[in-house]
Amino acid sequence: MGTRPEDRDRKPSPAALPAPVGRSAPRSPLELYLVFNRLALQGFGGVLAVAQIELVERTGWLTRAEFVEALSVAQVLPGPNVCNLALMTGDRFFGWRGAVTALAGMMLVPLLIVLVLAAAYGHWAHLPAVSGALRGMGAVAAGLVIATALKLARALKANPLGLPLCLAFGSSTFVAIALARLPLVWVVCALGSVAITAAWSKLR
Amino acid sequence: MTSLSPSDLLGLFSHFLVLSLLAVGGAITTAPDMHRYLVIDQHWITDAQFTASVALAQAAPGPNVLFVAVLGWNVAGPVGAAATLLGIMLPSTTLALWAARWGAKRRDTLAVRAFTAGLAPLTIGLLLATGWVLTDPARGHWELLALVALTVAVMLRSAASPIWMVAVGMLAGALGWV
Repeated sequence: MGTRPEDRDRKPSPAALPAPVGRSAPRSPLELYLVFNRLALQGFGGVLAVAQIELVERTGWLTRAEFVEALSVAQVLPGPNVCNLALMTGDRFFGWRGAVTALAGMMLVPLLIVLVLAAAYGHWAHLPAVSGALRGMGAVAAGLVIATALKLARALKANPLGLPLCLAFGSSTFVAIALARLPLVWVVCALGSVAITAAWSKLR
Repeated sequence: MTSLSPSDLLGLFSHFLVLSLLAVGGAITTAPDMHRYLVIDQHWITDAQFTASVALAQAAPGPNVLFVAVLGWNVAGPVGAAATLLGIMLPSTTLALWAARWGAKRRDTLAVRAFTAGLAPLTIGLLLATGWVLTDPARGHWELLALVALTVAVMLRSAASPIWMVAVGMLAGALGWV
């Protein structure tokens, strides 16, 4: 967000990120597919950390700054963050064909694995060890989501709304969804438009 | 697993189509609404099945959004998985490609910055709500609540990969400790 105005003038490319010049890039959509497939298969409990290692450190397809920029755009848009990240990275190298290839690389094999696990779980769910293992993993999954929320909450300190308003909007969302169980559509439309308007007036 | 009528399948698909566009901050932030729809309103799956689906997808490699396919699988088998996964993916991927190109050129404008800043606290609130819904089966069982708390503490205090905590949870559950 802290880019200087002149940075905008250096963006002739229609893609989300400027086209790479003289740096490493995937040689073919197949290579794009294979790298995304490999990073997805290493991503237990989330793909983001592995994506950073593979795309920035190992292949060098993105600089760290480009990765952060792509991620912040991916997070603002609806949809799974890592899937949006795959779309944008693929789009950058091979246009929409690359976007589809990168997304397929990340999803196809993991989808097969998880559906085989789901089918197997249906067969063996009556075994106490199997249902117990999943109950334990469920508690951990809940803890992982809560920890992620608490880590990300630290970023609200830099939000232009200011911490008190952020806490107000965040806790109203929690109460409306977790306790009152209101439909998400209404909550996001109602609270979201108030929050965006508040941010607008603070930024102006 | 039940077999759904074509109109129920269409309803399932369109519910996830709408959720896709609301999933700012990731598909997991819409989990409470999926729970409300699938478990409370439609009674297609149980509370335990819901949490197990999320846990299974978290334990498997790959993007967390695949829990949506497992939910669909538990509702109506392969057709259900196709309905929920295509529903949650199609609108957001189309929008992401288009908007990333559009927004990259305008990311210093007031409108884009107000949008980002305004939705940020909602995203955090939604993530916490998701964590709350996932602890539903643990409420009243102190061992499970302790495991939730241990996971939060470990993830906040160390850089350990989540896979270790998933393994701890799996082992503790299989041995009947939780």
